[in-house]
Amino acid sequence: MNAPAPVAAPAGRPAARPSLGALARRLGRELLIPALSILTAFLLGAGVIWLTTGSLPAVVGAYGGLLQGALGSPQAIANTLIKATPYIFAGLAVALAFKCGLFNIGAEGQVALGGLCAAFVGYNFQLPGFLHLPLALAAGLLGGFLWGAVPGFLKARTGAHEVITTIMMNYLALQFVALMLSGPMKDKHSVAAQTPHLAVTAWLPMLVPTLQLHSGVLLAAAAAGAVWWFLYRTTWGFEIRTTGANPAAARYAGMPIVRNVVLAMALSGGLAGLAGAVDVTGVALNVASPGDLGDRYFGLGFSSGYGFDSIAVALLGRSNPLGVIAAALLFGALRAGATQMQFNTQVPGEIISVIQGLILLFVAAPALVRRLYRVRAPVASGPQPALTSGWGEKV
Amino acid sequence: MTLCGQPILLVLLNLLVTTLSFATPITLGALSGVACERAGVVNIAIEGMMLCGAFAGYWAAVTTHNIWLAVGMALIVGVLMALLHGLLSITYRVDQIISGTVINILGFGITGYLYGQWYTAQAPESPGTLPIIGIPGTQVSLQFLSIVAILLVGVAHLVLNYTPWGLRVQAVGEHPQAADTVGINVRGVRYGAIVVGGLLAGLGGASYVPGYLPVFTPGMTAGYGFIALAAMIFGKWRPFGAWAAALFFGLTLALQNNMQSCGVQISPQIVGMFPYVATLLVLAGFVGRSTPPAADGVPY
Repeated sequence: MNAPAPVAAPAGRPAARPSLGALARRLGRELLIPALSILTAFLLGAGVIWLTTGSLPAVVGAYGGLLQGALGSPQAIANTLIKATPYIFAGLAVALAFKCGLFNIGAEGQVALGGLCAAFVGYNFQLPGFLHLPLALAAGLLGGFLWGAVPGFLKARTGAHEVITTIMMNYLALQFVALMLSGPMKDKHSVAAQTPHLAVTAWLPMLVPTLQLHSGVLLAAAAAGAVWWFLYRTTWGFEIRTTGANPAAARYAGMPIVRNVVLAMALSGGLAGLAGAVDVTGVALNVASPGDLGDRYFGLGFSSGYGFDSIAVALLGRSNPLGVIAAALLFGALRAGATQMQFNTQVPGEIISVIQGLILLFVAAPALVRRLYRVRAPVASGPQPALTSGWGEKV
Repeated sequence: MTLCGQPILLVLLNLLVTTLSFATPITLGALSGVACERAGVVNIAIEGMMLCGAFAGYWAAVTTHNIWLAVGMALIVGVLMALLHGLLSITYRVDQIISGTVINILGFGITGYLYGQWYTAQAPESPGTLPIIGIPGTQVSLQFLSIVAILLVGVAHLVLNYTPWGLRVQAVGEHPQAADTVGINVRGVRYGAIVVGGLLAGLGGASYVPGYLPVFTPGMTAGYGFIALAAMIFGKWRPFGAWAAALFFGLTLALQNNMQSCGVQISPQIVGMFPYVATLLVLAGFVGRSTPPAADGVPY
């Protein structure tokens, strides 16, 4: 786990600027384990394809298709950015909770709920564009915020562990979404379980209309900046990080632990909710031809897996907003490339889940990676703090 | 007396059997959780382990045409997944939640991949399912593993509370330092416990294929591993408690199932929310209190 910055010198600037060489060395150290983890995961993924197809060209073809689908054309790059956008939001969500020492496994449900709330505002109201889109996004944010606040409140008040409560709330959210799509929010004109189409006024503006690239990726980058600013430049952010680094010290310093825990979980949920809101208002569905802008609606199975994968995104990005963006781009590229790979080679797209799972495995077990590649452990690294220090402890 | 056109006794018998059927994977999964967590290793990977067990059962069934070998293969794969969990969380002291998430993502990915690679074009039917035990005089029948699961609840209770190994498991889960001081090999006992957990989760997978269905479908455990986790918590980390919770959750699912075939329309989603709401209430302390083993989730 990425331990927050030392409590002694938190928000202040470093006394002297480190030299460029020292900075580069530090960056290299930080990136070594993630890079080796990704490499190993891809090698093992290749091994799986090789073992199951029995041919090396199949491996080359599959990874070639993956690369082509992720980066091989302007459309491919656009697809990668579109798929990376919810990963950035949801990865930031998990990372922000990590900073408070909380494990938000609930992003999956929060993403779905945020998307549903945004869709509801999007199809239910007739409003001018400058009001409609912000309201739809705000609805998604609020939905996730409130859904995330519940586990935070339960943790702070009753000691119920947020991992368990967020897992339960995931399935609760998914059942709720299915319930809404089966009746109250179902499009009467469609046989599929989906909401009516969103009004055009609630659509995210397009960056590149011919590629269906919407502006959500800019919002995601802005969100990463906002999260960084919040965590490292505001009092609340400082208190949240302190609560995560050392709850006892935070309490001794008179910080409101309950508020920090609830706030961190709620903000985390809000970011995940935005992932859903941006996806539902941005992603063009039913695109008939390259220039077509398609439809926007919320259907069953919306963004499934994003919430769980984002745990890996946050860990791979070491809970750092810039790192989360980089990790999200990789995961988005995998998702975008999977379709092309399956089309080219009939290698099932689920192989990317295997690769993502392996990346998470190696990033979470740096000692394993160091052992594999005989890399020495950094001298200063102390014992890794465990997030799950017991199921039932009260904060 | 009749209920929706059938004798009421038969309706109740049907409900009972359907309840047991739904409760079987939940019971086995919850016992897997109890085995791991009483030893202090959090297991949110029941879902992934069961899914892999079910796929292994299917693969072995269509490959060897022997359903008992298929059950064996499900058990082996369950143990392998558990050993991965152990390697990460015990040996490499990876956060146990992350380790569990790894297994869930990997389990979903690898079973989906292998199914797509091998069986998508045409999925061969396995030679059948495990024997079902008919109840004389009725059309109702009971699955083999439903009975095994009930027996295992009793076995788990006895082993956990009345054998030296079971007491060691509890010691290691409550206070590993103290256990270590009196000469218990903490890591060894924890490895043993999660291997047992892997066997139980593998059997939970086998209760899908070949226990109940002849074919595997990707993602077929559909969240039952997490309902099992809920049942374990609802049952306060005890075998009989977990079983009672599994029956309770199974009953809600069975009611929904049987009422629909009876013509009573009840939203499956509202019924589906029930186990999760119940568990949240228990966790929040509104309905009793559920306290985990003291050292659950703490690496040693």
